[in-house]
Amino acid sequence: MLWEINALLKLPFRGWGHNMTEKELAIKSIAYRKNILKYIYGAKAGHTGGSLSCIDILTVLYNHTMNVGPHNFKSPDRDRYIQSKGHCVEALFVVLADKGFFPESDLETLCKYKSHYIGHPTRKVHGIEQNTGALGHGLPISVGTAIAAKMDNKDFRVFTLLGDGELPEGSNWEAALTAAHYKLDNLCAIIDHNKLQISGTTAEVCNTDPIDGKFESFGWEVRHVNGHDFKALKETFQALPFATDKPSLVIAHTVKGKGISYMENVLKWHHGVPTPDQYANAMEELDGALADL
Amino acid sequence: MGLTVEKIGIDKANLEVFSETLQALAANDKDIVAVTSDSRGSGKLAPFGQKFPKQIVEIGIAEQNLVGVAAGLASAGKKAFAVSPACFLTARALEQIKNDVAYSDNPVKLVGISAGVSYGALGTTHHSLHDYAVLRAINNLIIVAPADNFETEQAIRKAAELKQPIYLRFGKKVMPLLTPEEESDFAFGKGRIIREGEDLVIIANGETVYPALQAAKKLESEFDITTTVISMHTIKPLDYDLLAYVALSGKAIITVEEHSVYGGLGEACASYLLQNRFHNPFKLMGIPDEYTVTGSQTEILSHYGISEKGIAEAALKLLERL
Repeated sequence: MLWEINALLKLPFRGWGHNMTEKELAIKSIAYRKNILKYIYGAKAGHTGGSLSCIDILTVLYNHTMNVGPHNFKSPDRDRYIQSKGHCVEALFVVLADKGFFPESDLETLCKYKSHYIGHPTRKVHGIEQNTGALGHGLPISVGTAIAAKMDNKDFRVFTLLGDGELPEGSNWEAALTAAHYKLDNLCAIIDHNKLQISGTTAEVCNTDPIDGKFESFGWEVRHVNGHDFKALKETFQALPFATDKPSLVIAHTVKGKGISYMENVLKWHHGVPTPDQYANAMEELDGALADL
Repeated sequence: MGLTVEKIGIDKANLEVFSETLQALAANDKDIVAVTSDSRGSGKLAPFGQKFPKQIVEIGIAEQNLVGVAAGLASAGKKAFAVSPACFLTARALEQIKNDVAYSDNPVKLVGISAGVSYGALGTTHHSLHDYAVLRAINNLIIVAPADNFETEQAIRKAAELKQPIYLRFGKKVMPLLTPEEESDFAFGKGRIIREGEDLVIIANGETVYPALQAAKKLESEFDITTTVISMHTIKPLDYDLLAYVALSGKAIITVEEHSVYGGLGEACASYLLQNRFHNPFKLMGIPDEYTVTGSQTEILSHYGISEKGIAEAALKLLERL
């Protein structure tokens, strides 16, 4: 196993034997989008827009970048993924099901009585690292996990996905200071920068621009990427860490509702649930996109 | 159970015992980590930091981050002791305690220092009279307030190996030794009978156990009233067996705590007793729901009757001897 050999040689692991082409990743992401809609439609609840904006990032992380799967989830050496924007758990669920953490049919219980598949990540679900949902929590936990890796001279990396709407939470900035202070180059935070939140645009609600300049001034190395461009995402994650002794921030420019034309950049799809007609249209559009690949 | 312990000497502040015990543990266990919020001085952890610089994580004054980082450390196998004044730790970082520690089941050891009204004249911003109440309502969290150096050391050692989140609450002042040297029986969730009597039961915890013990002695010498004194160091899970044992004879019960009268030890005891058909005469002593009087810790506690004299008077009233 490549990662085991790397661990023996103390080499940083760079990819879990994921040699997927961009086209293969694109095919996967369409399948994920279909499942996100299917299970949100079935549950009559879910965070549709944000799940569709971050799904391409998750596609690349779990099928290209990270060394984590059901085979090594108990290993202390696995890469960690902590989803700070917990409300977009549907995106994570469909990816974890595809990776074999649990049968996809489990998702038919999404948000149902006594189901572990609730509207936010919980560790009751195999493959979930931390219970999140309240915003501004993922980064501090990720910082602690990354410090533990440094203490133990372990090579695993910590990835955390933040929404742009959660950036005003002060705990993010406390953790951003700590990450730079402890030179956590094993930490990668990704901002799903879809520029919309429940009340309006992020610029209207609480303008956090320039995000890059703020993090850079805190001591992070920052890169921008098109969060729907598989080649660019792969290359960005391959380049980690962006700088020695600095935490890395990826600002992924995304489109809320991406892939379903009537949802794209439309605020009501933050947690909108499609009607039967809308659902049929969305699936048709995704099938068309698949045929065009 | 027939133990009668006299005050057998003044020992150290629980915080010093905490620091020494943590150093002793860290010497043999690299996974012991102290996480501090500029609290190395107030937490007596400066020597720990000097001896084990790789086992201390200084966060600076940022309690939410302190607890979140500690949760991350614990999730990766570290025995993380997150140390901060109780007032800030359990209020400012409450959501992190609820979600990152308790709900996520990361076995962080939360250490609330200078708890209750330990900071005295620094005022309400620095008092923690709410911590039992808010933390009791959070699932998956053990809550412990040791009464002397023995209980403190035992609590630290047991917390280090615990696979469940725990909150340890310490005061600042030098503690009496309430434990004979040969005693070694300490377990979370098991109250300790410090003194046993026939007429009255006082259930206290943390720094209120000592004034309860003094009151018991006063009641015996001046009024021939003998009193059972319990250190109910673990507020959650509460020792229901011990409560039932002492309540069974119908004796009057007084609870004493350095906490709001709402939501703490007293209400926890009362809830159990009432729901289990114990109708003993009952008095709950704590800090009332008002702007707390100003003064030193001792002055504040005495003002609200948490003193040898105040507890003895409350006992006489409850026993209808006044």
